[in-house]
Amino acid sequence: MAAKVTNPPQQPGRRVLVTGLSSFWGGRVAQHLEADPSIEVIVGLDTDEPKVELDRTEYVRVDANYSILAKIVKAARIDTIIHTFLVVDPTQASRRTMHEINVIGTMNLFAAASAPNSTVRNVIVKSSTAVYGCAAEDPTWFTEETPPSRPLRHPVERSLDQVEGYVRDFAEDNPHVAVSILRFSNVIGEEIETPLTRALQLPAVPSQFGFDPRLQFVHEHDVIRSILFVLKNSLSGVFNVAGDEMLPWTEVATICGKNTFPLPPAFQAALLWPLKRSGLVSLPEEYLNLLRYGRGVDTRRLKAAGFEYHYDSSAAVNAFIEAVRLRKTLGHHDPSYRYERDVEQFFRHSPAVIREP
Amino acid sequence: MADQPKMPARTSKKPAPSPAPRRVTKIASTSKRAALANEEKILAQLQSKLQEPHTTTTELVHVPTVADELEREPIAPSARRSDVDEWGRSERMRSLARKAYDPIYKNWFRAEWEGLENIPADGGALLVANHAGAIPSDAPCIMHGIEKELSRPVYGLADNYFRKVPVVGTMWSRLGGLPAHPDNAYRLLREQKQLVLVFPEGAKGPSKSSSERYQLRRFGRGGFVEIAMRAGVPILPIAVIGAEESMPIVARLPSMARVVGAPYIPITANMLAFGPLGAMIYFPAKFKLRVLPPVSFDIEPDQERYSRSRIMDESERIRDQIQEALFEMLRERRSVWWG
Repeated sequence: MAAKVTNPPQQPGRRVLVTGLSSFWGGRVAQHLEADPSIEVIVGLDTDEPKVELDRTEYVRVDANYSILAKIVKAARIDTIIHTFLVVDPTQASRRTMHEINVIGTMNLFAAASAPNSTVRNVIVKSSTAVYGCAAEDPTWFTEETPPSRPLRHPVERSLDQVEGYVRDFAEDNPHVAVSILRFSNVIGEEIETPLTRALQLPAVPSQFGFDPRLQFVHEHDVIRSILFVLKNSLSGVFNVAGDEMLPWTEVATICGKNTFPLPPAFQAALLWPLKRSGLVSLPEEYLNLLRYGRGVDTRRLKAAGFEYHYDSSAAVNAFIEAVRLRKTLGHHDPSYRYERDVEQFFRHSPAVIREP
Repeated sequence: MADQPKMPARTSKKPAPSPAPRRVTKIASTSKRAALANEEKILAQLQSKLQEPHTTTTELVHVPTVADELEREPIAPSARRSDVDEWGRSERMRSLARKAYDPIYKNWFRAEWEGLENIPADGGALLVANHAGAIPSDAPCIMHGIEKELSRPVYGLADNYFRKVPVVGTMWSRLGGLPAHPDNAYRLLREQKQLVLVFPEGAKGPSKSSSERYQLRRFGRGGFVEIAMRAGVPILPIAVIGAEESMPIVARLPSMARVVGAPYIPITANMLAFGPLGAMIYFPAKFKLRVLPPVSFDIEPDQERYSRSRIMDESERIRDQIQEALFEMLRERRSVWWG
């Protein structure tokens, strides 16, 4: 804990910039970074206020594509950038917004990070296994080097692919910077909401008639842990992150105690329209495709680097459904935290606050 | 900063011409205003905060270390409910299928093996066979036979087309089939030391009409040889007779196949004999399977690439071996139905 550091460490602590502080991942990553005494400064960027309680993270409001980023990086002498502000769920943003956030945001981020005399030495990007696409021609396991079997068609896949292109270019131009891309498979857990978790909470889980694809899941905690692991070890390169085992979709439904509802091959969009309209679940084309062919990624590279998963795919799904059951019993409670700028500033910087542990 | 005014200008210009993405424009413009108004203030604040001596950070109040909590969390036990393995094969489904298929194997096709001792009891090996019958009856027969005789699982590589067909694709996957991708074959052979069955003729084998029976098609581009070399495993050529006569093709409907997207759509003698049911019923041709001596390659595994001419030569040699064996077995065969 930083509070217990009496002498400053020999190497000054890291100065970390987290993008997307109000997003699910940004906030959580920042929370966990705060607990690490070797992290000296955490600056979080977002267009919106943080949604989780943060203790020492400095929140800076920026526009969606970070035009003042270069200044912040320079002013705060940022040495590590954790880029979590990427839309990987197509139901969360329009195509245009997604492009703006993912591609333009990343472009500006790297423009800022590669400015002359930049202090940045470490970049971690949170991507998705969607960049592998999903097709009948796919191998059972994608390694980090396997190219997509077919040209990518869906907006999210293409957007993330372009993002990774910028990351690769940056890594090539800045060999002194440790750049890592983490590709996460379907994230599931106690808190996160994705099209798949919403589908699994329906009375009957939609599936494709005659298909039982195999999917991997990664638990929220393992996502955070892997980001911290890569940060701590300054790893560079591309890493797949997914729990062990591949689960047939029917088994996922079984673990959740549900039956599947097979969708006929035609008129799927029309059939799913009421669900989408009522806000229950929206399954865009890429998910319908995933429910046909599934996707598996090889995770041996990150494991070889020393990372150990706490949840395999089935345990992650089980943790999700247990949390759902608990919520059902206790009722929903919205997080009570609301960011109040003045209050946060007061606690952080007012001389009136006595900050003894 | 020199490039600072340029960037907000671009962002505000970009979404402006299109009225559709109102949200983007709003975010960009409001936060631009906010950013411009507050920017200097924020930066000055931030800079002054950050340049305070290091000790200030030690004064912060902390919640318990959450990161450590995550690390201390125990490894969650698996909650698997089925026995589907990483390739999609389920031993339970497979043993059900074995039970259902065994009477057909024993009494309908009356399969007879030769040279089973050539198949190793352990270690990876690539089984390469000729392929025939409108709906090929050789794959289930070979897989069943080897699983029964050697109690070793066999993974069958199939055309990707299989995966696109509802129900059939899923069944095929649960029964040990998988898409014929070189990565899959390599992993199974080299890392997991399994038996893998492949039909290098691909769809060209079963789609040939019965007048061309037992005349092997081209063995693809020799990809199977390359995989065996890379994986460092022997190839076991298998010659099968009987499959051709179990479902002979009398005609093909290429234009219909194009419409459906299938590799071929056959009209079989079975359909003529049994009507629509003929798509399901095989003629009871006698099956004879001969496993030829293993072909090993005296070559270093795991190389980036292998000599194309060597691959083609080996592929051609194996094709000739199977072709020779087929002719020999056909010479010995007295009756299609009684062997």
